[in-house]
Amino acid sequence: MSIFEYNGSALVAMVGKNCFAIASDRRLGVQLQTIATDFQRIHKIHDRLFIGLSGLATDAQTLYQRLMFRHKLYQLREERDMKPETFASLVSALLYEKRFGPYFCQPVIAGLSDDDKPFICTTDSIGAKELAKDFVVAGTAGDSLYGACEAMFKPDMEPEELFETLSQALLASVDRDCLSGWGGHIYIVTPTEVKECTLKGRMD
Amino acid sequence: MSSSSIVEAPPKGGFSFDLCKRNEMLSGKGVKHPNYRKTGTTIVGLIFQDGVILGADTRATSGPIVCDKNCEKIHFMAPNIYCCGAGTAADTESVTDMVSSQLQLHRYHTGRESRVITALTLLKKHLFNYQGHISAALVLGGVDCTGPHLHTIYPHGSTDTLPFATMGSGSLAAMAVFESKYKEGLNKKEGIKLVTEAICSGIFNDLGSGSNVDVCVITKVGKLLPDIFQFLGRSFSLYQFNFVLNGCGTGGKRIHEKPLKTQSTHIRQCEGIHLPQEDRLVSLSLLQQISI
Repeated sequence: MSIFEYNGSALVAMVGKNCFAIASDRRLGVQLQTIATDFQRIHKIHDRLFIGLSGLATDAQTLYQRLMFRHKLYQLREERDMKPETFASLVSALLYEKRFGPYFCQPVIAGLSDDDKPFICTTDSIGAKELAKDFVVAGTAGDSLYGACEAMFKPDMEPEELFETLSQALLASVDRDCLSGWGGHIYIVTPTEVKECTLKGRMD
Repeated sequence: MSSSSIVEAPPKGGFSFDLCKRNEMLSGKGVKHPNYRKTGTTIVGLIFQDGVILGADTRATSGPIVCDKNCEKIHFMAPNIYCCGAGTAADTESVTDMVSSQLQLHRYHTGRESRVITALTLLKKHLFNYQGHISAALVLGGVDCTGPHLHTIYPHGSTDTLPFATMGSGSLAAMAVFESKYKEGLNKKEGIKLVTEAICSGIFNDLGSGSNVDVCVITKVGKLLPDIFQFLGRSFSLYQFNFVLNGCGTGGKRIHEKPLKTQSTHIRQCEGIHLPQEDRLVSLSLLQQISI
């Protein structure tokens, strides 16, 4: 059994036209037993930057607390929010620090950078950044998510279409994975608003 | 402040080993550690008459899955020095970033252009220090005041200085091309052609390499020509999904599906049973036997 399969997770972020969307499943389990059906995997760093953390839930929580701490210090020193590219480098550095005893966590970072251009990125558990122009996936349902997103993605989607595409891709993939599911959480972020939706999925 | 406190000033750099004990305990209980992203790769370099040409494929894998179809494996070290990296992606990225920063500081200190041998020594010292646990195999190339140089660096810290070099999982395929076609004094066009052929050989014959070819040419004037040969384009018009907007239905409609080969067999009705035309006689006799 892999350590990533202890809690189970599914995370995906997708780029649209001057907007992005990030979605996760809601199940928290201990191997095959479900403990919570409303677990929050995506966290807001600031209004234009979100991070989703998949993998071992305890490492995800610790890593999130460390990142919030570093970001708050940055805000105090620089008197502004961190750009998504900078934040991605921070996450990568924090993870690589633990190269020989890593956090069992795979983050997905999504934000709007300068000129409202969407930015998405994922890293593996030791901080190797992967910057993509279309979508990034993480979690136990990752393999199915690759397939679903590859088929459903189109460039330059408007927010409504992006929401539809991403929710279909997420629900289709978590249905094929025992360890993730119980609906979905999806955030659609445009330069003017942040929309948070909860999706209803199969409860198994 | 005690070292067990989480809230303390950010550490000064280097590795932190405080989660090692917990991870050891977990693997003792049979938990497998995760797959790191590798750049199971083909990277090559060769020296031609005006300088150095480096080449790399662009696939990054995580286990058997391709996680990045277009990643960059040629890393910037100095304006006149570039480095291709194979092995664990986090290690190659961090080690090249770190040495690139050290070279920049050294340039500020000395006021001179960086030399390839400096980059080489910094890299091999770091890798040897960690006894091969930092899994980065590098092809370092550049042109400085002493001429063009090409080196390979292995994860344990040993180095080679060569006129042509290959590393990564596709290195045997690429080396085969080099060994048969390399000669001294190649011009730029021939050099690029040879490097592309070597990378393509790695892409087609090695499963860990794929996607596109990145080529980087470094010459005496310090001019750089990154060329990207795209082999696999991506078409978004092949599939059209119509979503019913209440979120419950998915209609998948494929368009433009052109099959490579079609073979159709006519079926003729015979005594109430559908049979393929060619086998009609044989099957009839079988039927007669069965009905008795």
